[in-house]
Amino acid sequence: MINRRTLITRAALAGAALSMPGLAFAAAPGDRRFVFVILRGAMDGLSTVLPVGDASFRGLRGELADPAGGAPVKLDAMFALHPALAGTAAMYASGEALFIQAVASPYRERSHFDGQNVLETGGTAAYALSDGWLNRALPLIPNSREAVAITATVPMALRGKAAVTSYAPSALPPASDDLLSRVAGMYAGDPQLHTLWSQAIDAKMLAGADGDKRANPESLGKLAATFLSKPDGPRIAVIELQGWDTHAQQNGRLNTQLKQLDTLLVALKTGLGPNWSKTAVLAATEFGRTAAINGTGGTDHGTGGAAILAGGAVRGGRVVADWPGLRGSDLYENRDLKPTTDLRAVMAGVLAGQFGIDPGRMGAVFPNAPGLRPMDGLIRV
Amino acid sequence: MTAQTDPATAIALNRFGLGARPGDAPPADPRRWLKAQMTGFEPRPPVIANTPASPEMAAEFRRYLVETKLLKQNGAPLPPPPVRPAPAPGMTDAAMEAADKDNPKLAGLPKELRQDIRRMYRDSYAVQATARIEAALVSPAPFADRLAHFWANHFAISADKLQTLGLGGTLEFEAIRPHLFGKFSDLVLAVETHPAMLLYLDQAQSIGPESFIGQRAALRRNPKAKKVGLNENLAREIMELHTLGVDGGYTQGDVQELARALTGWSVGGFVRAPIGKEAPDGAFVFQETWHEPGQRTLLGRKYRDGGFDQGRTILADLSVHPATAHHIATKLARHFIADTPPPAVVARLARVHVESGGDLKALYTAIIDSPEAWATPEPKFKTPWEWTVSVMRGIGARDLPDQKLVGVLSELGQPVWRPGSPAGWDDIASAWAAPDALLRRVEVAQRIAAKVGDRLDARTLAPQLLPGVLTPATATAISRAGSPQDALAMLFVSPEFLRR
Repeated sequence: MINRRTLITRAALAGAALSMPGLAFAAAPGDRRFVFVILRGAMDGLSTVLPVGDASFRGLRGELADPAGGAPVKLDAMFALHPALAGTAAMYASGEALFIQAVASPYRERSHFDGQNVLETGGTAAYALSDGWLNRALPLIPNSREAVAITATVPMALRGKAAVTSYAPSALPPASDDLLSRVAGMYAGDPQLHTLWSQAIDAKMLAGADGDKRANPESLGKLAATFLSKPDGPRIAVIELQGWDTHAQQNGRLNTQLKQLDTLLVALKTGLGPNWSKTAVLAATEFGRTAAINGTGGTDHGTGGAAILAGGAVRGGRVVADWPGLRGSDLYENRDLKPTTDLRAVMAGVLAGQFGIDPGRMGAVFPNAPGLRPMDGLIRV
Repeated sequence: MTAQTDPATAIALNRFGLGARPGDAPPADPRRWLKAQMTGFEPRPPVIANTPASPEMAAEFRRYLVETKLLKQNGAPLPPPPVRPAPAPGMTDAAMEAADKDNPKLAGLPKELRQDIRRMYRDSYAVQATARIEAALVSPAPFADRLAHFWANHFAISADKLQTLGLGGTLEFEAIRPHLFGKFSDLVLAVETHPAMLLYLDQAQSIGPESFIGQRAALRRNPKAKKVGLNENLAREIMELHTLGVDGGYTQGDVQELARALTGWSVGGFVRAPIGKEAPDGAFVFQETWHEPGQRTLLGRKYRDGGFDQGRTILADLSVHPATAHHIATKLARHFIADTPPPAVVARLARVHVESGGDLKALYTAIIDSPEAWATPEPKFKTPWEWTVSVMRGIGARDLPDQKLVGVLSELGQPVWRPGSPAGWDDIASAWAAPDALLRRVEVAQRIAAKVGDRLDARTLAPQLLPGVLTPATATAISRAGSPQDALAMLFVSPEFLRR
């Protein structure tokens, strides 16, 4: 007779054979999904989630206080949302999105590349860790399988010991099956190429027809949703959007950028269908931008910024902010929004809520953050 | 061991060069062959000389700005810009149309006009990118061309801002290629005064708050007046990326001092009168009235005010700083020796940089003379650019029938001059050796091989392209392929060919 206990054992054995020996789990309740969206170039948090209720806001920001494309959407007494994020605003209204303001990684300098390294490694300093926080989280996530990067190459957030794969929409005609199998034979003796090739072929099978579309925010979101919807597919995906470094003429450029982000989030929701209710999407950037507008209608590299958490599993409809204020003395180094929330607490809070990871084990994901308290209440139970 | 089977031949051709070509005689003395390429290099071969230069692109853009302004005053619809924002890799026409509709500079135009803009964009960018590929295909000095590509990535601009769309290739063609074999300081000065860099990193409109124009703007306090001020973007990237390196020991204060010293460095034709003096389109211009007056202190050293010379002196000092020597040595060693270069080589190259006053020929010679640079097996995984160029050289291509290869580079993840950030592309295997990327190369190899047909026999071509490094296993796999085309495709995705 097969009882529940043997079923779980069998599932564990199957899992062990497929992925990590000795680290198999029964399926978590609800079979949750997580998408990490990396916004490269430093998104201007103050123009995304606008603190319109702060008396200093308009004076600091000049023309940036009035975004291109219309009036900001009121979120609460203090904050309003950039009008380009219309689909995200609808998610907020239905309790499926929240915004975190005045948030930052531990990085306190102003290099994009070092900042992104800290964002993705989850460390305290650039290049202190050589693998990504999400890769370190994979062994702790029940049935995570191989996480997928919807990019041609694997971003740092997913690099590390645990096996991951990458797949991006391709406009190239597919190679013939005969050639594919001969190439597999040729790589048999080359450990690096053999591993990469096996993962590529697995991902190709999973992506199916959606793999042949070209890259734009909508098809990226749809492709990620296809992967995450497969019963035996990945549960973790990483997507990246470039181009947030708005040093000049920010109003127009940020409008385009945010529309792309909005399109991506809506495509994820649509593509995931019923699985959206089990999904959390975290969109984060390496740092915020200067509180004041600069001489060229833009903003320069700053510190505190904004992050977006969306998904049917998210306890949304609110702005999470320990608001530091925008008066000169409130600012970090007299120029940037002061960070009052550690982005790693948000990441840990999402992992804990989505995957039931015990906070005591979070040290394996964020090894340089003793005493890090995962943020409570981000995810619906 | 004969010259044909010495791995040094393959290393000179593939690691230092851009890949072997069928029928070319292999160099008899690989090291001497490389060193000989350092003299008599032609920075402007005909294929590059035929592309539009930066003054031309600048003039084009200026005309557009003037027309736009006039029409705006009359309330008429705007004409298209001469070039358009770069689409994301592999964007469909429909997706580009959607993106254009959201672009405030293009919204409001009739659909047909937006299509014209896209066509014009593709023309100017693709003409330059095609010239770069064709120059690489026929170069008599492929080591020198590789160095040009290396420095273009070191001083990366990304052709995805309205102002820099048509300027992607001009930085490489006009500032980098002519200065490949001189002093590093000359290369730095040529790059930082080139319109593409000044526009890409927002230097062209940076105005000192205490300058004549800055003071006048402050006095006027007209909320509707165009805001003027300091922009520290270029100064930061000069220190972080171009010279000292991120761990080079400078502070935020040093960045701001350099930003102040560089105020006034601008470009003719891109700045609206009357606040700046007139200058020829696309030419470097020093705007005296924007320059922040006063002495600057940088890395503990004082620089007296001397207008343009203040910034030039600082750049010259940065170019020979020990931190710069270490940064440049690391990047060159990473490119030619290993992703994690041996510290002893880096130290040796850094010493050469300091002792020679940043003499680039001395640096390249030191690399060629480093035994570590001749190690086997191949330590470097080719980037999409390196791989594509070596494939095209491998089939003996001398020019491109159309511009499709420019799009192929986007599909492979490395669109020419569009790394998306001033840090350029990563030069390590983990950035490129990924599952999907490998699958794409197989797709591209099959498509290129299909066009070659049975014109080439991969079985005889393989030992020519990989002399002394082709393994028996790969040779066997190639010989057993299902068709001559598949055999060629397999050669190009073989472990030996994917690496250098």
